[in-house]
Amino acid sequence: MSLPIFWFCVIALLWLGYLFLEGFDFGVGMLLPVLGRDNTERRVMVNTIGPVWDGNEVWLLVAGGATFAAFPGWYAALFSAAYLPLTLFLVALIGRGVAFEYRGKVDTERWRRNWDRVIVAGSWIASLGIGLVLSTTVLGLPLNEHGDRVGSPLAVIRWETLLGALAVAGYALVHGAVFLTLKTEGEISDRARRLALRIAPVALLPLVGLLLLVQLREGAGWTWVSVAVVLVAAVGALLRLAKGREGQAFALLGVAVVGTVVTLFGALYPNVLPSTLDPANSLTVAATASSSYTLTVMTWVAAFGTPAVLVYQGWTYWVFRKRIGTRHIPAVHVPK
Amino acid sequence: MHVLDVARWQFGITTVYHFLMVPLTIGLSLLVAGMQTAWVRTSDPRYLKMTKFWGKLLLINFAMGVVTGIVQEFQFGMAWSSYSRFVGDVFGAPLAMEGLVAFFVESTFLGLWIFGWDRLSKRAHLACAWAFSLATMASAYFILAANSWMQHPVGIVFTDGRPRLTSIWAVLGNNTVLAAFPHTIAGAFAVAATFLVGISAWHLWRKHRESAADDPDRKVWHSSLRLGTWVGVVAFAAVAISGDFQGKLMFEQQPMKMAAAEALCHSEKPAGFSVFAYGDVARPDCENVKSLTLPALLSFLAHNNFSSEVKGVQDLVPEYQAKYGANYPVDERLGELSGKPIDYVPTLPVTYWGFRLMIGFGAIAAGVGVLALWLTRRGRVPRTKWFGRLALLSIATPFLANSFGWIFTEMGRQPFVVVPNPSGVDGVWMYTAQAVSAGVTVGEVLTSLIALTLLYGGLAVVEVFLIRRYVRAGIAGVMPPVPPEGDSDDGPDDGSGSGGGSAKSDDVLAFAY
Repeated sequence: MSLPIFWFCVIALLWLGYLFLEGFDFGVGMLLPVLGRDNTERRVMVNTIGPVWDGNEVWLLVAGGATFAAFPGWYAALFSAAYLPLTLFLVALIGRGVAFEYRGKVDTERWRRNWDRVIVAGSWIASLGIGLVLSTTVLGLPLNEHGDRVGSPLAVIRWETLLGALAVAGYALVHGAVFLTLKTEGEISDRARRLALRIAPVALLPLVGLLLLVQLREGAGWTWVSVAVVLVAAVGALLRLAKGREGQAFALLGVAVVGTVVTLFGALYPNVLPSTLDPANSLTVAATASSSYTLTVMTWVAAFGTPAVLVYQGWTYWVFRKRIGTRHIPAVHVPK
Repeated sequence: MHVLDVARWQFGITTVYHFLMVPLTIGLSLLVAGMQTAWVRTSDPRYLKMTKFWGKLLLINFAMGVVTGIVQEFQFGMAWSSYSRFVGDVFGAPLAMEGLVAFFVESTFLGLWIFGWDRLSKRAHLACAWAFSLATMASAYFILAANSWMQHPVGIVFTDGRPRLTSIWAVLGNNTVLAAFPHTIAGAFAVAATFLVGISAWHLWRKHRESAADDPDRKVWHSSLRLGTWVGVVAFAAVAISGDFQGKLMFEQQPMKMAAAEALCHSEKPAGFSVFAYGDVARPDCENVKSLTLPALLSFLAHNNFSSEVKGVQDLVPEYQAKYGANYPVDERLGELSGKPIDYVPTLPVTYWGFRLMIGFGAIAAGVGVLALWLTRRGRVPRTKWFGRLALLSIATPFLANSFGWIFTEMGRQPFVVVPNPSGVDGVWMYTAQAVSAGVTVGEVLTSLIALTLLYGGLAVVEVFLIRRYVRAGIAGVMPPVPPEGDSDDGPDDGSGSGGGSAKSDDVLAFAY
């Protein structure tokens, strides 16, 4: 396998990590007012992701940085073309990140309610935004021969990319509910399970729709397999969840993300960002890749860095493996 | 209004803002890790209180640094896509390394540290503090290596119109970053030290005025103050020494920047250092400028002797024109600059005053630190009214010095975004005007500029509000009072869990959002 192809796979892997991990913390944020009926319950929810959400987000930063390093042309074209959606996405990420840290720092109802709104809106907007950007890179943009967007700032907003936005948001919603089933106890856990089972058939539809769309338009023969894997894993996840096996359900949703990423990136290859104007303007893995020296350097860094990340992030999840319930939540103690 | 101007304002605002949080995070992280180490080694509750109090302020600030950092990584691609394409082969690598090596460690171990008080052994928990604080330093190194490459490109060949990386070690070992890193880190410790000194001096002064003896946390503030002053002494000395070193390097690598720092119009031999100028510094011919000057000092700052020549702006311009061209290339994407003459002189008032304000605020901060050291010798606390206020106000000075330093160095390299290396590979430079995204409209960049500026402004208010609240509350704000009957626990060092002090028996979490 050539280095550019290897790095294309690494970037797919980083997206996989991001969607799987931040997917559930987006979901928890989106469901905050739905599943958390009072402040203590909402604190339970926030604390299931408290120690890990920031580490989850870094997967996206590294995906961005790795794209810059390995495929500068891809990074430049995609980020500048999706300027407005990315701006909104950044505002949402900033808001929710600060909100997690600040929501408990003043003990008034109003303070918490405002930050809760930021968390909910931020999680929705961010998951929709990242779905839009991901589906844009797969489905393409009107690009000229320099790799710059032609047309209006809203060229990235089409029904196909809106479907992509809903696909990620819907997935995050279900993934978050299953995560909460797994990580909380008592009433909240039951509520999360019932909610996941109720919404999943609708919430996962956009994802299925996106995959079929991509597969029919750009897919290869073998990517039918990964589409099938997503369908089987999603159905399996719901069946296991109904049986009270939320751990297995959560893992199966992970398998569904694997299938999703394989389908999307499999269909995308050998492009990294197709041009909808003229296939000759499409950005490809080969043409946008950095020099082989740069890719070699990055390969060494990734070879040592990635296993270490998996080990210590895995350790974090192990340290905070216990379920949390309302009885674990300490009294509020903040300056008066 | 042009995309270029709006994008530059956005980069300036977001970067200066981000760098208000960053130095405090870097300096304070390591100092908090040090405090916690002292607690783990001595079991003295004073150090636990210090860890908790300064750790809380650190977290309030850390969150802001993290979220504003995301914008930094994204806007290269969003607003500066031509730049990203040009330099990606080299510049992307340190950025990706920063993510893979530093951000992952930082975010993961910070989470473990915040929530791990009762889940980890004392030593493992302490190790987490060191892990994330050292990661902040690593992060600084990678991003400074990237910035230094823009200031002084090395480790490359020039093929097909783009620089290609040939040696990552040359990029990571660039003498520009070897100078910039100590200067920046020393600046970060200067910020953290002044923060410690200002707040603990204020606490001592306030309690002292109310009642001299009965402040149970007096030792906490006193230790924090001493720590701050001594760290400050070392940090300010290091800032000055590394700054001098960096300055000499800049005279070699970017003579125009340093001439602009002085608003030195004509070459002088020996050259004097202008302390203060009045009149119109903006004119590169220096008509109408009167300046208070220390003779021959600039020659020393540039070349370590009091006699050599320092080149002025007017003599450098023809040299730059001869080497890098007198006009911009003809390219429709340059807009109205296409084919026009290149102005090689940075905005002189910004560089001249930026340089002086950097040094000036740094010197004030250092002076206040020395004053605090003297006034609080052997456990004294001044009673004068102005002391508390002055202590708090002084906190702003190293922040300002840092900001002006960056504004100076980034404005001083204009019109280049990638400055040509005088002894490097030919052809590797880029004008800022060429760097901006070609496909992006003014409306888009203006939207993000307004959105981010408003958001950042709002968040600044919130952060200052929270920091103020926690500062005023002191130790009581971060550690719940020990229940009156609570001597069932084993001794004073058992603060370990102490977030949930009141109910140790059941499974209540030591810390929760």
